[in-house]
Amino acid sequence: MSSDRPLLSLRTVFLRQFLRHGRSIMTSPADVANPLLFFFMVITLFPLGLGPDPARLATLAPGILWVVALLASLMVSAKLFASDFEDGSLEQLALAPYPLAVTALAEVSAHWLATGFLLALVSPLFGLMLGLPEGGLLTLLVSLLLGTICLTIIGALGSALTVNIRRGGLLLSLLIIPLNVPVLIFGTTAVREAVLGGNPESWLALLGGLALGSLVVVPLAIGAALRVSLDS
Amino acid sequence: MWTFIHKLGSPPWFFRFSGTLVRWLLPITVILLLVGSIWGLLVAPPDFRQGNSYRIIYIHVPAAVVALAGYYVMAFAGAVSLIWRIKMADVTMRAAAPVGAVLTAIALVTGAIWGKPTWGTWWVWDARITSMLILLFLYLGVVALFEAYENKTAAARACAVLSLVGMVNIPIIYKSVDWWYSLHQPASIKFTGESAIDSSMLYPLLLMIVAFYCLFVVTLLLNMRAELVWSYRESGWLRQLVGDS
Repeated sequence: MSSDRPLLSLRTVFLRQFLRHGRSIMTSPADVANPLLFFFMVITLFPLGLGPDPARLATLAPGILWVVALLASLMVSAKLFASDFEDGSLEQLALAPYPLAVTALAEVSAHWLATGFLLALVSPLFGLMLGLPEGGLLTLLVSLLLGTICLTIIGALGSALTVNIRRGGLLLSLLIIPLNVPVLIFGTTAVREAVLGGNPESWLALLGGLALGSLVVVPLAIGAALRVSLDS
Repeated sequence: MWTFIHKLGSPPWFFRFSGTLVRWLLPITVILLLVGSIWGLLVAPPDFRQGNSYRIIYIHVPAAVVALAGYYVMAFAGAVSLIWRIKMADVTMRAAAPVGAVLTAIALVTGAIWGKPTWGTWWVWDARITSMLILLFLYLGVVALFEAYENKTAAARACAVLSLVGMVNIPIIYKSVDWWYSLHQPASIKFTGESAIDSSMLYPLLLMIVAFYCLFVVTLLLNMRAELVWSYRESGWLRQLVGDS
């Protein structure tokens, strides 16, 4: 293969891909707002279903917030590669002389900034609404910041595996939920530990380790899964 | 040695080889299962605390052990299929998933049946039970993903990616569920009654574990043969082989 232009450095490729995806997210602000609204509305359902007793809500709050965050990330990750797959740009990326793992990681990062990152930022507000003691708010924020990285990247793997399957949404949850179990456990335990006055650092460190580990390993699997989806 | 491994990759050769293997292994499995069950269910002494209800471990423990090993068989076959693109590795992975799922389900159901008289409840969110349940989900995910793809070659590669990620994740899941459990339940309550198992109970158990491994291999081979018959139903070598026997 001959090319009249020299190859770009991987960093440039990553940045351009990141900006391209970021701009395409910016064009539809509703896609950014919807997961947050979903988060808000499901949080509202819990006091309605469980009764407004503040003490009970406060004990359940870490679990509720984390489970709803997990569901919100599950919901948005189904669409992660869909538009790129439909308009053919994924095919172009697969043909490009750059590893698909890097370009996919750029998309996932932009996606995380628009969903998981924002969700983590607003989570203390919802924590307050559920009566989560103030000692747990900062831990909730940090644990969700680290945890949504894992959730997003595992969700991206599920999306890459199911992007070419009609009605892949339900299948996606079956694939992803078991893989997300450790993230949920570490996250909720960190928040609960902080609420009880303990030190949540070790749990946050585990979450951070999971996030870094999955950032290294899972993009390779995402690249392979995207190629499978394109071939099928 | 290497030629043997290379030969395993050829569907006609494998079909013939597995036929011979099943013919020997099937009777051995049946005998092992019969001896193990009779020994475990009738000969072994009753437990002094649980009476006869403990005897379900002769099904429960082997099923659980082999269910876990089955995931590694599946993931290893997946890795082989991804790296060397060997058709037989695809078939192995595809055939192992439902067998493993059924074994996991057997372990969960027998555990629940045993739990009712012993713990007084069908289900507790115990660490080990929960991780077996998640293992079942992982198996079902692979089965469902395979069924969802129209193109079966692509399906096998997608399942290989999924089962490899699952394999990396399994130790993390087990460890996290372990920690989760130990935080929720005081350590003073120990569910497993016996600290050390007596040899009169251990030997039939070991025999049953071996029997279940054989059962897994036989079921896997039969499953793979069925798969081969289906995917090569049009080709000459299969008609010739089936016509022969």
